[in-house]
Amino acid sequence: MSAAIDYLLHLADNALVLGQRNAEWCGHGPILEEDIALSNVSLDLIGQARMLYQLVATLKGGDATEDKLAYFRDTGEFRNYTLLELPHHGPLSGYAHSSLDYGTTIVRNFLYSALMALLWEALAKSNNTDLAAIAAKSLKEVRYHLRHSRDWLVRLGDGTDESHVRVQASLDHLMPYTQEFWAHSPAEAAAVKDGIAVDLNTLKADWDAIVDAALEEATLQRPKAGGYVPEGKNGVHSEHLGFLLAEMQSLARAHPNGVW
Amino acid sequence: MYTQSFNVPDAPGGKAVAPVPSKEDPALQAAFDTRIDADGRIEPQDWMPDAYRKTLVRQISQHAHSEIVGMLPEGNWISRAPSLKRKAILIAKVQDEGGHGLYLYSAAETLGTSRDQMLEGLHSGRAKYSSIFNYPTLTWADVGVIGWLVDGAAIMNQIPLCRCSYGPYARAMVRVCKEESFHQRQGYEALLVMMTGTAEQKAMVQDAVNRFWWKCLAMFGPPDADSPNSVQGMRWGIKRISNDDLRQKFVDATVPQAKVLGVTLPDPDLKWNEERQHYDYGQIDWNEFWETVNGNGPCNKERLATRVKAHNDGQWVRDAALAHANKQKARSIKEAA
Repeated sequence: MSAAIDYLLHLADNALVLGQRNAEWCGHGPILEEDIALSNVSLDLIGQARMLYQLVATLKGGDATEDKLAYFRDTGEFRNYTLLELPHHGPLSGYAHSSLDYGTTIVRNFLYSALMALLWEALAKSNNTDLAAIAAKSLKEVRYHLRHSRDWLVRLGDGTDESHVRVQASLDHLMPYTQEFWAHSPAEAAAVKDGIAVDLNTLKADWDAIVDAALEEATLQRPKAGGYVPEGKNGVHSEHLGFLLAEMQSLARAHPNGVW
Repeated sequence: MYTQSFNVPDAPGGKAVAPVPSKEDPALQAAFDTRIDADGRIEPQDWMPDAYRKTLVRQISQHAHSEIVGMLPEGNWISRAPSLKRKAILIAKVQDEGGHGLYLYSAAETLGTSRDQMLEGLHSGRAKYSSIFNYPTLTWADVGVIGWLVDGAAIMNQIPLCRCSYGPYARAMVRVCKEESFHQRQGYEALLVMMTGTAEQKAMVQDAVNRFWWKCLAMFGPPDADSPNSVQGMRWGIKRISNDDLRQKFVDATVPQAKVLGVTLPDPDLKWNEERQHYDYGQIDWNEFWETVNGNGPCNKERLATRVKAHNDGQWVRDAALAHANKQKARSIKEAA
């Protein structure tokens, strides 16, 4: 049971944190159509997070609810990939600020969607039938997210000299964080053993193929892997998640007895 | 989202309206007048007087700008929405406003003006947008109150526009109104739930109502006596009901809703008039309204600068998309050769 809960929280936190990040574009997109598209992606992700948290709440029983899980857990309890909590700009310390950068957004959405298109497909066969149903629904959504981010990756990579340089820098910044996809996590391993989860390493070759084909079309260079391997899925995060949660949880925590 | 009654002129000196050669042919004018008088529709390919076209471009583009600027005050609370359900509802709502902007810009484009031209009018500060968005959203309750009162006022303004004489605008408004009605009910429902909560939540709702009530009454535009554009708009079937009549309709509809909700509307003069069979209400501060319309409200500069920044920051993205599309085109021509 606990292996399932930990794994489902990992999937839910991934969806919520990236949904929260993508919603930051609402009202600030480079063109109106992209405001609408990114809001859609964000809505899908928050919808996925809600289904997964509701499933966790059922498994946990007691007074657990989707909102308690989203709003009343602290940074170290979140199990999302570090990649997904990073702000929409290049590398900066937690309390530094910079404008939203669309290249960062697109590269991140592409790298994550490429993974989830494979993972949701595999999880649709999970022996947890609730998770399998969520995966089947999410698969339809992520295929659109992948198409959207891949199309833009190609446009930006193959666009102007400026866009090429910018999106290459985003890729250089974010690609090392994807090493976390393949790193060991005790929760994931336990869930794989129980037949709930899928060993991601069985999907790596397919992920590499999706990424390499898109980068070639986008005329971008894949940076070498290596260096620090993030551990967000084990609860060890970057400086950025604390700020994201502080903002997201502030109102709910200011009124713990409030009804919304 | 929400229009104030759009009979507020834009600042002079712009080129937002493309000059269309006018053939003020008496026969064409007569055919146009006949169709208007018969409550018929004017379509993009039809002849229309320059002034009609110009008025529509101004009104539809102001409406579109309002939708886009209107994403900001509510977008302000997306990251802090107090539950996942409310977060999803709010994102969907703000996204709808973006969608309204999109089809309104498209409707205006059928009159021969481009989205770029209209955006230039907005970014230069020349084109107006609904002044309700120049007020800050200070608490979560503002999101509910904007749905209930601001969208509620907008619906009063917009339902008659579904019968507007210009076809593309009227058809866009049918869809916009359906979504706005949904937003209005969502906003009201959010407030109903908050009013079952803690004392702090109830105070939050009352405070938001106090701050937005008078601004919403002003959304219907200046009193009929001071609305010179209204008469011509009525004649052309662009405007169907006068500002004061719409305002009265809104007040009459809202008072019972406030009672059910359990909030007080901040007007000591608000009372039922048996003789008129309407509610009487107090004096709107038109000085404050015009100050805000003319750029001196609490958030005018922030709203406009935010739109300009998003546009400027996105230039490289739009340039890249265009460059890639051109390269693709060149490649396919080369392949075909």
